[in-house]
Order: sequence, then C-alpha cells, then structure tokens
Amino acid sequence: MNLAAATNENLANISNTLIYSSMAVYTLAFFAHIAEWVFGSRSKVGRTAAALNKDSATGPAVKAQAAEKGGTAVLERPQVVTRSAAGSRDVPDGPGAAGGTFKGDLWGRIAVSLTVVAFAVQAAGVVARALSVQRAPWGNMYEFSITFSTVAVGAYLILLALRKNVRWIGLMLVTTVLLDLGIATTTLYTDSDQLVPALHSYWLWIHVSTAIICGAVFYLGAVGTLLYLFRDSYENKIASGGTPGKFATSVMERLPAAKSLDTFSYRINAAVFPLWTFTIIAGAIWAGDAWGRYWGWDPKEVWSFITWVAYAAYLHARATAGWKGRKAAYLALVAFGCWLFNYYGVNIFVTGKHSYAGV
Amino acid sequence: MSNTNTTDERDLGQAGEQLSTAPREEPTATLPSMGVIGWARWFWRQLTSMRVALILLFLLSLGAVPGSLIPQNSVDELKVQTFKEAHTTVSPVYEKLQFFDVYSSVWFSAIYILLFVSLIGCIVPRTWQFVGQLRGRPPGAPRKLTRLPAYTTWRTDAEPERVREVAHSLLCRRRFRSHVVGDAVAAEKGYLRETGNLLFHIALIVMLIAFAGGQLFKSEGGKLIVEGDGFANTITQYDDFKSGSLFDDDDLAPFSFDLQDFVGTYERNGPQRGTPRTYEARVTYAEGADGETKKKVIEVNKPLVVDGTKVYLNAHGYAPVISVKDGKGKEVYRSAVPLLPIDNNVTSTGAIKVMDGYKDKNGKKSQLGFQAFFVPTFAGDGQGTMFSQYPGLDYPVLALNGYYGSLGVDSGLPQNVYQLDTSKMKEFKDSNGDKLKKRLRPGETMKLPDGAGSITFESVEEWASFQITRQPASGWALTGAVAAIIGLAGSLFIQRRRVWVRAVRGADGVTVVEMAGLGRSESAKLPEELTGLAIALHDEAPTASGPDPDHRPDQPSEEPAEGAEK
Repeated sequence: MNLAAATNENLANISNTLIYSSMAVYTLAFFAHIAEWVFGSRSKVGRTAAALNKDSATGPAVKAQAAEKGGTAVLERPQVVTRSAAGSRDVPDGPGAAGGTFKGDLWGRIAVSLTVVAFAVQAAGVVARALSVQRAPWGNMYEFSITFSTVAVGAYLILLALRKNVRWIGLMLVTTVLLDLGIATTTLYTDSDQLVPALHSYWLWIHVSTAIICGAVFYLGAVGTLLYLFRDSYENKIASGGTPGKFATSVMERLPAAKSLDTFSYRINAAVFPLWTFTIIAGAIWAGDAWGRYWGWDPKEVWSFITWVAYAAYLHARATAGWKGRKAAYLALVAFGCWLFNYYGVNIFVTGKHSYAGV
Repeated sequence: MSNTNTTDERDLGQAGEQLSTAPREEPTATLPSMGVIGWARWFWRQLTSMRVALILLFLLSLGAVPGSLIPQNSVDELKVQTFKEAHTTVSPVYEKLQFFDVYSSVWFSAIYILLFVSLIGCIVPRTWQFVGQLRGRPPGAPRKLTRLPAYTTWRTDAEPERVREVAHSLLCRRRFRSHVVGDAVAAEKGYLRETGNLLFHIALIVMLIAFAGGQLFKSEGGKLIVEGDGFANTITQYDDFKSGSLFDDDDLAPFSFDLQDFVGTYERNGPQRGTPRTYEARVTYAEGADGETKKKVIEVNKPLVVDGTKVYLNAHGYAPVISVKDGKGKEVYRSAVPLLPIDNNVTSTGAIKVMDGYKDKNGKKSQLGFQAFFVPTFAGDGQGTMFSQYPGLDYPVLALNGYYGSLGVDSGLPQNVYQLDTSKMKEFKDSNGDKLKKRLRPGETMKLPDGAGSITFESVEEWASFQITRQPASGWALTGAVAAIIGLAGSLFIQRRRVWVRAVRGADGVTVVEMAGLGRSESAKLPEELTGLAIALHDEAPTASGPDPDHRPDQPSEEPAEGAEK
C-alpha cells in the first residue's frame, strides 16, 4: 500500500469519528429540546383560543405595525397599518417551545448551541470525507445522506441567524437528523473510495449538490406543512367551539399560527422549486454527455419528474380557490414523499443508470 | 405558478383587477343545455380551468410511476423479455395496457397532450390580457384606501398638487409605472412576474415540442470496434440501430473514425480493487467523405461530436488475436475475436468461428468452432477457478475447446456471433477420449488431434463499443429549459404590487396625504416598501403642526368600502 492511500484511509477514519461525534452531540441537543418542550408546557398561554374567540366576536382585526427605523422621529413619521385579507383568521403565533418560561428558553438556547456544535462537527466530517477521497463527497448513499442532513441543519441555522421564527422545527429536525445519520452509518455505510468513470465530471458538483440542497430544504418545508396540518385542525376545532386534548393544546398552543406555518412552507417550497427544476435540467445535460440522451425515462429521471410535477401541482393548487390550505398541504407532503422515494426507494428497490458503488 | 389573492381582487373592484391574469375559477360548472356548440364550449372551459389542469398534473405523475417499476422497451428490451418470461400471467395484461411502453402509450400521451392543450388554452388569453395591461396604465385609486392591506396617512402643509408631483417622481425613480389620475397617483411595479410566468409556460411548450421532435428524428446505434479497426457512419456498419419514425437514412452525418488505442486503468488496492478509474478511447476521425484526420480521446463523459452526431464510449472488453492453421500448416484464419465480459473483472466468453478456407487432413472442406473463455488476470494454476481476479491485463489466459462440422451459418437464420451452435458439430477429443481443452498464454498453441491443424493465441487487443446518437432539436430543448428556469424565478420571486398616493385638501385647508399598497399575496415586504415610500414622501411633505382632527393610523375607519363587503 502506498503512502498516499494510507493518508486517505487516515482521513476517512477521522471523518467517521467526526460523524459519530456529531451524532453524540445531536443526541444531547435532542434531550435539550425535550427539556425545552417539557419546561415550556408549564406555562399557561391560551393566546390562540383567546384570539379565535375574540375573532369570532369582532370580525377581522386590524393590527398596527411599528414601521419606524429611528426612535425619536416615531411620532412625526407616518405609520403603516396592515390589514389581513377578509375571511382569513388573524391568530397570533405561539410563543415557541419554551412557552415563554425562563427555564424552557434556557434549555432551548442550549439545544440550539449544541445543534451549532454538532453541525460544525458533522460538516467537518463531510469535508474530511471529501479530502480522503479527493472529490465531491457524494459518490454513494452514505456520503449523500451525511451531506443531506448537514445541509438541512445548515439551512435551519441560517434561518435562525436571519432571525426567522424557526426554532419550532428544532426538535423534529434533530430527531430526523439522528435517524438519517443512524441509517447512513449502519446500513448505507460504504468505505471511502474513488468513483467509477461515469461520475468523473464537473456536473457531479453541480447536479448532485443542488439535488442535496433541494432535498434538505424541501424537508424543512415538509415539516412546516405537516405541523400546519396539525395546527390548522387545532385552530378549526377551537373556532368551532371544541376543546382539543390537553397534550394537543400544550403542543399546538406553542407553535406558530397555521397561517404562518403555511406561509413558511410555501416560501420554502417556492424558493426551492426553481432550483429543483435546475437540478433536473443539469442532470439532463450531464446525461446527454454521459449516456447519449438527455432524457431516457431512467427510474431516477422518472421520479425526479414525478416530484417536479407534484410540487408544480402544489404551487398551482395554492393559487386555486377551493384547493388552498389543507388540500394544497397534502399535495406538498405527497411531493416530498416522491422526493424521498426517489432517493431511498429508487436507489434500493429499482436498478437503473443511477446505481453506483453498491447502492 | 401564481398565488392569486382573489378575495382582495373581489373586494377592491377595479383597482385590484388584473393584478394577475390568472384564470378565475367558476363556482360550479353548470351543465349546458345547448347543443354541440354548448357542449364544446363547456368542455373547453373545463379543460382550461385550473382544477382540470391540476387533475391532469396529478394524473401525469401517477401515469409516470409504472414506467419506473416495470421494465421499458425504450430502456432495455432484454429486461422486458426476461420479465415477460418470468411473469406469464400479468404480462399479457401489461402488454394490453402498454405498460412496457408507458411513455409512448396512448393513455400517457393523452394525458400530456390534454395538459398542454389546457396550458395553451390558458396562456394565450392571459398573454393578450397582459399585453393589454402593458399598453394601459395602472388603474386609479379606490375610494377608500383604508381598505387596502397596507395603509398610512398624515397631514401636511404642502399643496396637494405638489405632493402628487413629488409622489409621482418618487415612484418613477423607484421604477414604478406611475401616473396621476384625478386626486391620486396610481403606480404599479413587478410586471416581470407575469412576464416570467408566461415565459415559463411557453418554455414548457418549446421543451415538449423539441423533445417530441428529437424523438421523431433521432437515430442511435451501437458499434463494437477492436483496436486498429474503424467505423464509417452508414446504417450497414452498425451492429444495432434504432431510429425515430421520421428518420431518413440521409440524415446520418458523413464521418468515420478509427480506434487507435483503448486504455483502461483500475483501482489496484483496497476494498474496491478492480473498480474502473479511467477509460480512454483514442481515436482518429475524419469529417465528410474524405476530410482531414484529427485526433481525439473519447471518455465516458466526453463524447466525440461531429456535425450534431455524438459518439459515446459505452463499454470495453478484450479481443484475443487468434490464428488457425489447417492440417497442412497453412494459416486459414487470423483475427482479433471480441469476447463479451460476464463480470466486473472482465472474465469474458465468446466463440471463434472459422467459416471458410479450412480443410481437414483429408482435404475435405469443413468448419471449425471454438468456445473461448478469457481472463485478463488468471488466479494461477491449481487455484481451481477460471474467473478473472482483476480487470487489467496482468496475467491473461485463454481457455479453449473446439468443434468441427457445420457452424450452421448457412441456414439463413441470424446467428449470435458470441455463441456457438454445436448441433451439427462434433467435439475434438484428446488421446484419452476426453473433451479437448487447453489453457493458453499469449503465444501458445493448441494442437488439434489427428493432424487437424492448430490454433494459436497470438496476443490480446482491446475493444471498445460506441453508441452513436443523433438527437436533433436538443439545442431547442436546452433553450427552453433555460428560459423555463428564468421565467420560474421571475414568477416566484418578483412581487407584483400597486401603490396609490392620494392628496386632497381637507376641510380645514390642510392637505391630507393617504398612501396604500396592494400586492397579489400578503407579503411582509409590501408594508415595508410602503413605509420606505412614505418616509421618502414625508421628507418632502412633512407632517403639519397642529391638531389632527380625525385620521389616526392605528384607528382606521371600520366602515366598509363601497361594494367591498360581500
């Protein structure tokens, strides 16, 4: 064995250690999030119910927004008043998992800090893997999976850094990241090695990286959609005079309003959809170079197309009267399900031209 | 790709109209009582409605599913054959349902053709409507600006005319299309959203047509070439050839190429030992009937492109050079025989067929056939395995056993060149009466019994197989794709919105300024932008000193705008 190969294996081992370490830190973050939710459940908020009850009494509310930049000129400058469209509920967002409690908030902050640490460790693991193989670390399902969850967490942290209201995703995200890494390190693990000639192309960097980004960000959108469905039924139940269960109230109460969740997932999905279109087109261009046709109904191509059509249907549905809201949300979940099947299902159960390096 | 806020549009009457050209949903489709024309009109209205378009989109993705799970003729005919043999009960049903040709089936075509008719039926009127909007001006301000999603007001000492003038030039500077209507300035921005939307949908149509055209006129074929041999692009030279239904033989681009050398390198160490690392086919090629020869290296991702035709490197293998002598010592056969790989280490099998010129020891004409089994890297004698250990040529060994008699090539039936039909042949036996077989290293010779001649394994050449394809209109498909992405980005990321600024002299002689914004979707950006505009305008027309009689921004009047309440 020559020297170069030895260094590579060394780096590959470092990468594995880093990935395992990140799993340990994610586990701690998971428990911190649990603590956040548990402590937060002790607060009594009741904002949703109050807003919905008031709502039904007084009709659409108008809320004023402070629109000034400076402090001193506030009184002199014009203030912009916003008004929500007629017919839509104007429910305030929940206070977040911590429920406004000090202890819950502390644990939430600890969880986010741990997530940042775990993300850094995991990203280092991906980079080490890339260095060990001297190429883009997306040659097999193991590498794809570890990069996928890194990007999902990265996107979440970027949204947090932009001061968007996304901390409610935390627990669900960390849980699924652990699941993803667990599957990756056990069943999908592949030793680090070079690629088959068909993957020697700069299109690997373009096509696969965008595919990973799309999947990771679509995932955040799907979490938003799922929680929207729960929160929407919760709000509907209250609005129609029902009393949801204690546990449901405790959890749903602290989530953002259904409308905010719906807007969140729409923005995410709409922002990623053009990138997904680009991914498919980049793949087609690469296929044209590698396989002699740009579109040949290979299973992976078919499922990318199905995913694309499903997301297109979602975006149309959201603009169509009678399809907005829950129906569109179900479509978004179906679309993400297609993406997932395209990744796991097609790689594992279907053989096609996208089968490389074992899986 | 749009998110219309139809509620707003209904509420605001003319001011909110045409902020989008999206089709309105009719509440319920009433069944027509008229004759054929009525039905046709009803059908057309249904087809171009968003609801039906959604159903068609859903059907399209559903319809694509079976093609990914059932083998497709267009992808791999051999797999289809194997599937049919393995599933004799469902195969006839699948056949009837065209499940082996999903993407060219009647039902799949019906879905996407209906979808595209619906799309055209939707975007043509929208384009006209949009052109009309571009030629017109933004509609005037609604009576009650307080009803709009974002609103602000203040009182100023500046003259109303002056405020409108300043607002107009301010909005123009911010790239709004702005004009003064009556006592207010009306402005609109973000037309690129609709442009992007229309561009995206038109680009989809361009892509579909380009893809369909490519399928109809395409040609693709395979050719296996041994090092030193060549290929000229005419139908007769192909090993196999497929073409679209409108393809014409004259469409083949005239060119030729020779395979000079094939180089494959493989991983030497580690668990993935033997995994291919590089494949390079070094060729010389000439354009036209007698163009000058040029050199080129074809790799897996780097095809040779000649006049719109692409030559791809598909596969490779080994071709042992074999020579055969008859009983008198005369060489009757010498050729490199391509063998087909059967595993990843390029263990290869095939047949050597000596058809003409061979005479047995009695001088009688006969034919010879040999079954060949080749490994580029032999495990070593006594290892008991004849499977290759490594794909590179480290220790090549060729195992042969022979037959004589009739190869059956004259029967007129096409024959597989890699398989031997031994039904009319007899096996060569060794002196013990066992099957004659021998493992040869390059340069070694196997003698055939009873003075029947000899066969020599001279050396090893490599072969490469190429896929030669021509798919016209792929440039159009690419153009359509790029346009689609640009259009999509425009239609999803650009907000279309209107701003109105009204300035009138109040009863007390002080000018009241009102500003309001309306977007197609409720966006946080709309109030932010209105704030920015208000602050800029406020700098020019500051708040008047003195009491503010009625307008307070945080207590807007709750009375409804005319015709706004349902």
